Amino acid sequence: MRNLEATFAILLLALAALPAAAGERLRVSTTTSTENSGLLAVLLPPFEKKFGCKVDVVAVGTGKALKLGEAGDVDVVFVHARTLEDKFVASGFGVNRRDVMYNDFVLLGPVDDPAGVGRTSSAPDAFRAIAAKGSPFISRGDESGTHQKEKEIWASAGIVPRGVWYLEAGQGMGEVVMMATQKRGYTLSDRGTYIAFRKKTDLVVLRQGDNNLWNPYGIIAVSPKRHPHVKYDLALKLIDFVTGPEGRALIAGFKVDGEPLFFVDGEGAQH
Amino acid sequence: MDFLVSSFASALRLIGSFSPDVVDAVGTSLSVSAGATVFAALFGIPLGLLVGLSDFPLKRMVVTLLNTLMAVPTVVVGLLVYGFLSRQGPLGVLGLLFTPTAIVIGGVLLAAPIVANYALASVRGADPRIVPTALTLGAGRFQAVGTLVGEIRFGILAAVIAGFGRVVSEVGVAMMLGGNIRGYTRTMTTAIALETSKGEFAFGMALGIVLMMVALIVNLFLNLLQQR
Repeated sequence: MRNLEATFAILLLALAALPAAAGERLRVSTTTSTENSGLLAVLLPPFEKKFGCKVDVVAVGTGKALKLGEAGDVDVVFVHARTLEDKFVASGFGVNRRDVMYNDFVLLGPVDDPAGVGRTSSAPDAFRAIAAKGSPFISRGDESGTHQKEKEIWASAGIVPRGVWYLEAGQGMGEVVMMATQKRGYTLSDRGTYIAFRKKTDLVVLRQGDNNLWNPYGIIAVSPKRHPHVKYDLALKLIDFVTGPEGRALIAGFKVDGEPLFFVDGEGAQH
Repeated sequence: MDFLVSSFASALRLIGSFSPDVVDAVGTSLSVSAGATVFAALFGIPLGLLVGLSDFPLKRMVVTLLNTLMAVPTVVVGLLVYGFLSRQGPLGVLGLLFTPTAIVIGGVLLAAPIVANYALASVRGADPRIVPTALTLGAGRFQAVGTLVGEIRFGILAAVIAGFGRVVSEVGVAMMLGGNIRGYTRTMTTAIALETSKGEFAFGMALGIVLMMVALIVNLFLNLLQQR
């Protein structure tokens, strides 16, 4: 029995050594919006080339992305939910948070707009109209940054969304846009995903530009004090690259159908 | 109907163009499935032979347990292994979560019960006189079992193929333990899930066709072996 255990342990160690031999790998958890839009495919290869490493991207909702950081399963998180990010840093899980870029949220719906949200004057008003009419609303339902924002808007509308019209998908932004398309319903999306999906959906933007539809993205290194195994040095290099001149130029120059998806701030402020 | 036909056409074009994304996903799928199948065979075949050839109390319970393990949902296996491999888990120091190795470990747990059950079934289906006869003819215990394995080799082969089929076709373990990392842990099935979520129906279909072709090739190979 001893022998068997020893063999198993050796086997596991040998397996563990395999990926390590393939050069340094930095693990980043991020949101589906940065990955699905194609931004990371443009932003990361120059970094990998410059520092001779591989960046492994795990694309999940913001809530899960931060949880992966808390558990120490990733080295960097790149997300969009300012309140949760600040909590993540304050609890000692993350250090060196920087603003990277921003875009905004848009309320999507069918062209004929059965709930009449095009005639409302703010996002909470629009949500109230949808609830009053009982039109299908597809929620991410996955604790992602977009879901957080959606819950904030419901709260300021003074409504607890419940009923057959309110569908919690528990899936990524792209899936939810496709689902809303199929169901002829409304949904809240980040503009990046909407532009990337515009050819595949006939939903249109019915509300945009409100103050509470602002969507900033932040990048945070997982704290080496909390998780000594994380690749902190390489994580800082990635953060510097993404928020530095090269990264900013790549983000600003990233376009889908000739339209920019993300905008960089005036300054890469540190918090 | 137009949608399906045009998607199918662009799927074929994608396969023909050997897009690196398709090639990577196929390569990852085949290598992790092959790795998992090898380990599953190493554990599963001896286990199946052992249970099939020996008599012991609670044997029926063990057999029932093995049968039940075949039906464990892949996401449950994924969840369990995730708990072990996460940095918070007992094996966290190895840093295996979100690597191909993690998918292999999950795959072994999925495939081993299938391999064991198929091996067990072929032992039961074999002529019960094989082992006693070999023993009377002066063979040692291991030689006698070797003779049996020779007789039921097609059953064993089918066991291995079935194990491979379970691993190569599942998506739960690969998604949870691999993390669907492009060019590293993205398999054919997780790529199909992702591409469908992005609304890239043709790309998903291209991978689906490749997956079916792989299944076809593996089974043609089995057929060839059986005819010899």
